[in-house]
Amino acid sequence: MAVIEVRELVKNYNGVEAVRGVSFEVEEGETFGFLGPNGAGKTTTINILCTLLVQTSGVARVNGFDCLREPAKVRSSIGLVFQEITLDNELTALENLKFHGYLYNMEKRLLERRIEEILHVVGLWERRNDFVKSFSGGMKRRLEIARGLLHRPKVLFLDEPTLGLDPQTRSNVWQFIEELKGKEGNTVFMTTHYMDEAEVCDRIAIIDGGRIIACGTPEELKSSIKGDTVYLKTSDDEKTMEELSRKFHIEAKRLKDGVAFIVDRAESFIPKLFEALSTEIQAVNIKRPSLDDVFLHLTGREIR
Amino acid sequence: MSWRAVYVIVLREFKRFFRQRGRLLTTIARPLLWLFIVGAGLTSIIDVNTHGSYMQFILPGVVGMTILFSSIFSTISVVWDREFGFLREILVAPVSRLTIVAGKLLSGTALSLFQGMALLLVAPLVGLEVGLWQMLSMAVLITLLSFALTSFGLFIAARLTSLEGFNVIMNFIVLPMFFLSGALYPVEKLPLVLKYLTFLNPLSYGVDSFKHVLLTNNGMLTAELPMYVDVGFVVTFGVVMTLLSAWAFGRRE
Repeated sequence: MAVIEVRELVKNYNGVEAVRGVSFEVEEGETFGFLGPNGAGKTTTINILCTLLVQTSGVARVNGFDCLREPAKVRSSIGLVFQEITLDNELTALENLKFHGYLYNMEKRLLERRIEEILHVVGLWERRNDFVKSFSGGMKRRLEIARGLLHRPKVLFLDEPTLGLDPQTRSNVWQFIEELKGKEGNTVFMTTHYMDEAEVCDRIAIIDGGRIIACGTPEELKSSIKGDTVYLKTSDDEKTMEELSRKFHIEAKRLKDGVAFIVDRAESFIPKLFEALSTEIQAVNIKRPSLDDVFLHLTGREIR
Repeated sequence: MSWRAVYVIVLREFKRFFRQRGRLLTTIARPLLWLFIVGAGLTSIIDVNTHGSYMQFILPGVVGMTILFSSIFSTISVVWDREFGFLREILVAPVSRLTIVAGKLLSGTALSLFQGMALLLVAPLVGLEVGLWQMLSMAVLITLLSFALTSFGLFIAARLTSLEGFNVIMNFIVLPMFFLSGALYPVEKLPLVLKYLTFLNPLSYGVDSFKHVLLTNNGMLTAELPMYVDVGFVVTFGVVMTLLSAWAFGRRE
């Protein structure tokens, strides 16, 4: 059964089309990722699914409920970790979590047990009685995530969840989410522009300019690229591109700093390149296909 | 309606109120400044032609002012929450919009009631006697006015997206509301246009109802409208504003 169902979703903001006809489905228990640069329409889509925004046209359903017509039912089955901090600075960590538990009508003893458990996961148990305003950015982020997981929602929306977290906490948080999914079969919908984070997803939709330009498992997306990506820095990128096109029939993509192209068996290609190019090569980097390269290949741009 | 949600929203507002020392201090100082500095100053030049002083005359108005500022200021928390993102935490929770409005309304009303009643303690200092019956009547009337003004503040705050906007509102709505309420001078003495504005102002009716309780027996410049009109207007205004607030919070872009 599809837990999230989106068809032909369109959202206009003051004449700007933030989302332009997005369609996808997320199955129960799946971890589904939206991958794309800032401003691609990721957060807008999440906000429509969470009933904070109303779409211009199209259909969005969560847990079988229509986000437009049954917002209350949608809200009761979801949890959300926002991109920005949405904690109350004037309250302590514990008070913020209790506030959340009461809003979600959690039973008192269950709430206390869950609070203790989740605060240990994010490493904030010792600081539970401190005011949030005394927390660092990373600590606030951890508390924010703890709060989103507190009521064990069936569908968990994570908007750039681990932005600004250290690798240690990031892996703790993901381990906890994986454990939770193993026990309760939660569905996770996340947005990110970190490629390594996108790798944990079962399926990924690559979104750019308000449209989904590719969708599949990370392996499927990567295998769509035949060959390796070569990154070159040269003394004259324009000329390099011209020569690549003329001598090798390779259409390279121009990056901010250098050029990139895809080629079969890059190791044996590089020596030929050194012989053939008249420009001076300053740096060469070969990469096996990654999601970065998928994005580069599809849009001609780097993701950041 | 989820009562635990209402409870926790109210609890949060109370904690925030008592933790912000500056706000607490302003709350206590502002009415005393009006009463003992503006009031005392004007007492020497205004002949109210009665048996009391101008300080006594403005006490009901200053109570009204305290409620006005307290009620509107408590709704600034909505704007504040929006600016700092916390409002989204509340808006995605599985509670109805009416629950959120009820929580904010109840906390705003309770804080205003507390401040208004506290101010009555200085009544003997300006020579007004306030008995038990008057205290009880005032408690009811203050509650009604607090409810009306808090719901009005909520309706405004529901659509405001910035604290600057709130400042504009403060200057163009709240201050005129205070000046055009009969708090500082009898409505009857105002020019016609201003008098009409006064009759649209819920604070006028609230202050008038306070005068019924606090000033009648003293034979001074007293209430200008019947009590049932005062209470009727305040309650009607509050109910309409509550419904409008619930509607405004329910709207999504």
